[in-house]
Amino acid sequence: MIELLYLSCSVTFIIGLRRMSGPRTARSGNLIAAVGMFGVMIITLVSESIVTWGTIVAGLVVGTVLGAWAALRVKMTAMPQMVAAFNGFGGLASALVAAWEVVQAGTAGIPIETGLSVVLTILIGGITFTGSFMAYAKLEEVVPGRPVLFRGQQVVNGALMVGGIGVAIWTLTAGDPIGFWILGGIALVMGVLAVLPIGGADMPVVISLLNSFSGLAAATAGFVIANNALIIGGALVGAAGLILTMQMCEAMNRSLANVLFAGFGTGEGATVAAVSDRPVNRATADDVAIALGYADSVMIVPGYGLAVAQAQHATRRLAAALEARGTRVHYAIHPVAGRMPGHMNVLLAEADVPYEQLLDLEQADPQLPQTDTVLILGANDVVNPSARDDPGSPIYGMPIFNVDRARTVIVVKRSLAPGFAGIDNPLFYNENTLMFFADAKDALEQTLIALNDV
Amino acid sequence: MNELVVGIVVFVLASFVGFEVISKVPPTLHTPLMSGANAISGITIVGALVAAGLGVGTLAQVLGFLAVVSATINVVGGFLVTDRMLAMFRPRRARQDEGDEERTP
Repeated sequence: MIELLYLSCSVTFIIGLRRMSGPRTARSGNLIAAVGMFGVMIITLVSESIVTWGTIVAGLVVGTVLGAWAALRVKMTAMPQMVAAFNGFGGLASALVAAWEVVQAGTAGIPIETGLSVVLTILIGGITFTGSFMAYAKLEEVVPGRPVLFRGQQVVNGALMVGGIGVAIWTLTAGDPIGFWILGGIALVMGVLAVLPIGGADMPVVISLLNSFSGLAAATAGFVIANNALIIGGALVGAAGLILTMQMCEAMNRSLANVLFAGFGTGEGATVAAVSDRPVNRATADDVAIALGYADSVMIVPGYGLAVAQAQHATRRLAAALEARGTRVHYAIHPVAGRMPGHMNVLLAEADVPYEQLLDLEQADPQLPQTDTVLILGANDVVNPSARDDPGSPIYGMPIFNVDRARTVIVVKRSLAPGFAGIDNPLFYNENTLMFFADAKDALEQTLIALNDV
Repeated sequence: MNELVVGIVVFVLASFVGFEVISKVPPTLHTPLMSGANAISGITIVGALVAAGLGVGTLAQVLGFLAVVSATINVVGGFLVTDRMLAMFRPRRARQDEGDEERTP
């Protein structure tokens, strides 16, 4: 009976995720899943013969206050950090449940079947915990966002991996509880070291993968306490994270191993120096206003620079002014724009851009040859034609927006500095490209004023 | 079938359901999808509640308490922030009504 109640709650998760397939139904889907989660908690509290209510109530109150406080005050631009932090807490909770199982078993020891689940939960949960907070620190720029590499890094990682497996086997066969604690320590260190060498622009992949891990940790915790609701919920999240991870890798034309281990973006300086002396067309706000004002169709390509400059509202105001003049405005959003999948869409939705105007790679790219003016705001690598033309380029083969096929391209950028990948962008030197060197928000506001005179 | 095998069956089937369902989510909703899925991974709160409610001894109680706190942050924060985001996704029509008001001062 209890099992069936748990199952019905698990079904709400599936329905909730199913309703995420469209913006109209998504909000109710989230609510359904939340109600299901509440149900799960009630069932647990009623069905288990709870002894210490004080601990539970205290934990729920503290967790609710902290969680709600964080969720309600976070800025949309900081959403990647927020999701990373929540991920970390999920992983930590699973690892703690497994650790509790070890303590509770005491000297009686844990049977090998459960022991394997405990080992996996401690490992995955621990890595998720410190890995997520490492990602959080990088996104908040508490630690440098660039890849941090040190000598012998691969050796240390390899040793940890081998050591972890060794300790795991020893723990399972010898049954000494101390092994679980050593394993926990190894997992915590591994989480930090795994994320340290990964650069800021690769965060969409890392966050997706850690999301998947937090699900897996919940699922293995389900094996520990023999509860199918955890296994189902965890498996769903594991699958979701894995799909997003694969899509992000695909969008960069790189393998997961390359993202995790290559230390991409440490700066290949040679190509930059070779071409950066070439002349560019410098534009003023007036030039940009003319190029936009007389266009029938405008495609805006936002990137992380837009988030950094908090320019989403200014973008929306300029787009509204253009629409009032009869211009068709769309937004072309690359899968890896921003610091997590779909980040740009959330920022533009916050600025009240209707979601019909947000186009993905497959929708937007074919329209570019018929587009009059492309406005690039803080994006760089996703519009770099080298990815298409230069087999020697580190980003060769990455799917891009072929913006150079549009009639006029406006690039709003603070300087000619190369993008995250440290690769020069030939687009900037094209004849039909106008370079507007300014902070994205200032640039948009100036252009909006200039547009009045066009 | 013993419990472990049943668990594995459930895990495999649920993973496939997850793949099917989530493949249909459009890129525009990927951030809310992730934070919503993240909240669901807080299902581990079941284990946390058991740990806090049944734990014997100080260490078990402390671990249980911390597990409940972490899982609750994950669940409450995750669902709330997802709702905040999804509330912002609006179609053109809903927005235009307000736009008309702005245009006629």
